[in-house]
Amino acid sequence: MVSTVRPADHRVPPARRGPAGRQRGPGAGRQREGLAAYVFLSPWLLGLMLITAVPMLLSLYLSFTNYDVLTPLSEVEWVGGANYRRMFTADPSYWHSVQVTVTFALIAVPLKLAAALGVALLLNRVFRGVGLFRGLFYLPSLLGGSVALAIVWVSMFNRDGAFNSLLAVFGVEGAPWVNDPRWALETLMLLAIWQFGAPMVIFLAGLKQVPVELYEAASVDGAGAWRQFVNVTLPMLSPVIFFNLVLETINGFQGFTSAFVLSNGTGGPVDSTLMYTLNLYIKGFVELDMGYASAMAWVFLLTIGLITVGLFSTGRIWVHYSDAGEQ
Amino acid sequence: MPHPTAPPPPLKRLKARPLLRLLVLIAILALVLYPLAWMVGTSVKSPQEIADNIGLLPREFTPSNFADGWRKFDVNFGRFFLNSAMVALLTVVGNAVSCLLAAYAFARLRFRLRGVWFAVMIGTLLLPGHVLIVPQYILFRSLGWVGGDWPYLPLLVPQFLATEAFFVFLMVQFMRGIPRELDQAAKIDGASTFAIFRYVILPLSRPALVTTAIFSFIWTWNDFFRQLVFLSDLEDYTVPVALTLFIDSTSESAVGPMFAMSLLSLVPVFLFFVAFQRMLVEGINTSGLKG
Repeated sequence: MVSTVRPADHRVPPARRGPAGRQRGPGAGRQREGLAAYVFLSPWLLGLMLITAVPMLLSLYLSFTNYDVLTPLSEVEWVGGANYRRMFTADPSYWHSVQVTVTFALIAVPLKLAAALGVALLLNRVFRGVGLFRGLFYLPSLLGGSVALAIVWVSMFNRDGAFNSLLAVFGVEGAPWVNDPRWALETLMLLAIWQFGAPMVIFLAGLKQVPVELYEAASVDGAGAWRQFVNVTLPMLSPVIFFNLVLETINGFQGFTSAFVLSNGTGGPVDSTLMYTLNLYIKGFVELDMGYASAMAWVFLLTIGLITVGLFSTGRIWVHYSDAGEQ
Repeated sequence: MPHPTAPPPPLKRLKARPLLRLLVLIAILALVLYPLAWMVGTSVKSPQEIADNIGLLPREFTPSNFADGWRKFDVNFGRFFLNSAMVALLTVVGNAVSCLLAAYAFARLRFRLRGVWFAVMIGTLLLPGHVLIVPQYILFRSLGWVGGDWPYLPLLVPQFLATEAFFVFLMVQFMRGIPRELDQAAKIDGASTFAIFRYVILPLSRPALVTTAIFSFIWTWNDFFRQLVFLSDLEDYTVPVALTLFIDSTSESAVGPMFAMSLLSLVPVFLFFVAFQRMLVEGINTSGLKG
């Protein structure tokens, strides 16, 4: 996806083209450029070290300790793999939060992408107002991650919220969705799906890249709308589907705000919305068990890494890259 | 609907299809926008109406929800909005400056280990923020930044150190589109690396800077996790953290004010949406696809 350093195609030694009197060897110019580059890069390098690398190593170390914030760092106790052992064998809440998170991602991500693709297909025409539609469908993606919207969503699916009022009109008696362990996570999934606008916009851009000739050829061969969708649109769009899938899966695993708001930070009702990140927050910042939380963070990181690698390796099978799609 | 045995002439078909498409789109849109409309309606309903009026519009307009919500806690929402605005605006400045500097180096300059650093930068793109929050908290706490004299340091310092790799990447992609001939011409005229940055790249990077500014404002404004972790005193709270205080008070009378403040908190994002809709939609495309 990313082409890194392209060799500069204009390597004209400054000594030859430069104004007279300022001649110097090509090595000096490059050295100077290298130095300048590191000056420009210095904030980023500092951030990489202080904000990313050092904390990562620190948390790796802490994951083998019983650090709890209150005792000074110099007095922490090395506990070996105890945190990891506890996580995998002795902490039911851990596996429960894994299950909640995986369920959430497995259901919400495909449905969100399906909604995004469906609406993108409907919008992939030139007509008046198409820009307005696109914008309005995108709006929930801008607002949906906020606390404010999570609050609205939770109220909407309360026992006496708008959704049940609506059901009552049709004579259906609703459940207290957000307070019912069987339904609480589903309402959060719905909130995630509601934000289908961002992947939709990316799908739309992908659809615009599909050459019209392919549809014409398929049409000449007698392919109907469905056959065209399956045999032209889907393969041509597969790189974009893949991109959205990776992005949304990684996002899906990190859902925090809505679960926090629904459960007031507890993961309830009955741990039904205990997303992994919420569990990590509770362990680290409520119970102050930071050694354990660090271990959880590292397992999370490795899992996300493995899932990404996994997605990329399955991508080799079903993602179709053509020259036309890469323009 | 076209009859199955006698397909309608092409012209008629062309007219019926778009109409159907439009109706389906409008139906989906109504469904998507309903929660927002309901939020607006509820924010001006009395407690009585919130309980029994299922319509979107209130029978009786109750703007006092806004005043009640504003003053609901010991510190009023004006302070929370100011705090949020300050954090968001400083984040915008930090991201714009630091990411632009890094992007220029990656996109234009030759230096040792460039490939390695670039790969590392891409790697941090995928790094979940939740993984780093525990050790960052410990680190910032040991520096005396958490709950210190100015509690926003932990939120802002990273933003001035180009840790939002997404924006670095976005700007690198953008700068690659600026013709190299411009740099070359400036170089021939004797411009230094810094001068090229200042007089060629910086002015031409304005669209990427604007995209970065808008997205960093919206993301910071909506961000909750980091602000929840790092802000502990009521008067330092930002809007999202303050909004969660409403969840604790679940009395019926608090619903209207809670909705009023929730609605108010979304206004800046909505205004950005109205003003820059096109740019936002295209922004996710350039950053997402042209990799």
